[in-house]
Amino acid sequence: MIVTIIYLVMYSIALLTLISLGLAVIFGLMKVINLAHGEFIMLGAYVCVLCTDAGLPLWLAFLAAFVGVGLFGIVVERLLIRFLYGRIIDTLLATWGLSLFMVGIITTVFGPQARSVPLSFGNVQMGGMSFSSYNFVLMAVAALMIAVTWAILRYTTFGLIVRGTMQRADMASALGVNRNMVYMTTFGYGAALAGLAGAVLAPMTGASPNMGQFFISKAFVTVIVGGQLPLTGTISASGLFGVIDGSVSYFWSSIVGEVSTLVAAVMLLRLLPSGITGKMRSGL
Amino acid sequence: MLAVTDLCSGYGPIRVLNRLSLTVKAGEFVGILGHNGMGKSTLLKTLIGLLPTTSGQISFDGADITMAPPHRRARLGVGYVPQGRGILPGLTVRDNLLFAAAALKKPADQLDEVLADFPRLKNLLARPGGALSGGEQQLLALARTLIQKPRIVLLDEPTEGIQPSIIDEIIDLLNHLRNRRNLTVLLVEQNIDFIRGLSDRVLLIQRGTIVSELSVSQLTDSTAMGDFSGVVP
Repeated sequence: MIVTIIYLVMYSIALLTLISLGLAVIFGLMKVINLAHGEFIMLGAYVCVLCTDAGLPLWLAFLAAFVGVGLFGIVVERLLIRFLYGRIIDTLLATWGLSLFMVGIITTVFGPQARSVPLSFGNVQMGGMSFSSYNFVLMAVAALMIAVTWAILRYTTFGLIVRGTMQRADMASALGVNRNMVYMTTFGYGAALAGLAGAVLAPMTGASPNMGQFFISKAFVTVIVGGQLPLTGTISASGLFGVIDGSVSYFWSSIVGEVSTLVAAVMLLRLLPSGITGKMRSGL
Repeated sequence: MLAVTDLCSGYGPIRVLNRLSLTVKAGEFVGILGHNGMGKSTLLKTLIGLLPTTSGQISFDGADITMAPPHRRARLGVGYVPQGRGILPGLTVRDNLLFAAAALKKPADQLDEVLADFPRLKNLLARPGGALSGGEQQLLALARTLIQKPRIVLLDEPTEGIQPSIIDEIIDLLNHLRNRRNLTVLLVEQNIDFIRGLSDRVLLIQRGTIVSELSVSQLTDSTAMGDFSGVVP
């Protein structure tokens, strides 16, 4: 029983991390809430479907989704987001419009029906229950995303530039930082993380034009509860909700689990309106 | 080195600088004296590009930089130490310095060389910039500019909110650095002692324009106060 609960909790944390990190990076570093985040995930899922249909191995499909959606994010930043920095309501509207646009385009091109990825992963028996071993791939990717993002921010020169620019963008530019480049790259990286998340989810959920709506609300709540620090916030909020969701799902059902995470989120935001990391001055 | 002609600038519809002109030659230390609200900080913000120029021209080493974004000016060699120091509060002292070097793609090995002039900072390298005292932050802001090896330094009220003992220390340090590194500096201040202790010549700013120029010897308290503003401080 303990093993099952731990598994459910870990899985739940991994899932939340996977779908939230891209949004958290963009929100934490740029103070932009990307309401098209769910559609970036959806786009990643389609890239994965198309790549596997073309006979590419799954890991290459992941990579293609990461790179492809990242480049798409850079285009979106150049054409749309860069005109709206510091105008949070306007970015909400613009990215919401973008999400509707993307759903429309994908529906037109690929049709409304779901596409699936043929998956040849077996099952694992644990505590009398059977789980898809693919879920461990999902956990590994989530952990890798956190680790790589942390290493980039903590140890690279570019990470130093990003950390400084997120604190005082005006001062950073007076010191010689090209803000546009930093924002463009950061948005692209956040989009790439969303694309990777979509590709990793595709073998489980398939790819359909409306799948983004399912993820954006969860990712949104995780990021808002996590607060401004992208990594600490995502890890702590995913951890909290993962524990609640995983354990409640085990004792009752997954529906009750989701309801209880939402109740927890509402209570937490009442106590900490700017999120778990809202008051933290430094950190990642 | 720096030539400003008929510069106008401000915040939205509010015009603060009004056809301001000045020049700074290489190696010179020019002080600009003026009261609050006369446009001192606005001038430096416009020179580094954080505020847009509405009319007039700024040229640096013969190149027209009137419309250049801040990072381009910084890369040409304009260093900026803002009022309030502009420390990145969540980064450590070391990262603040490395950030400045990285922003201009300068090698990080200049850290030790710069720290030799700032012994106080050596013990604070692992501290977050936001946890430093005002005087320490001012030293960090100066060190951060110097690691970039700027050709001119724009210095905005370095004495603001700093205890008098550290002000003397900063005067000594700036004089020392100036002799050693042949710095060119444009300083804006309202502290007369500080500006007298450092400047080659002093310009008075009133209502967004330069109204007169004084040599340092002319800068006695009484003449300065009279010309300074016409208002008894």
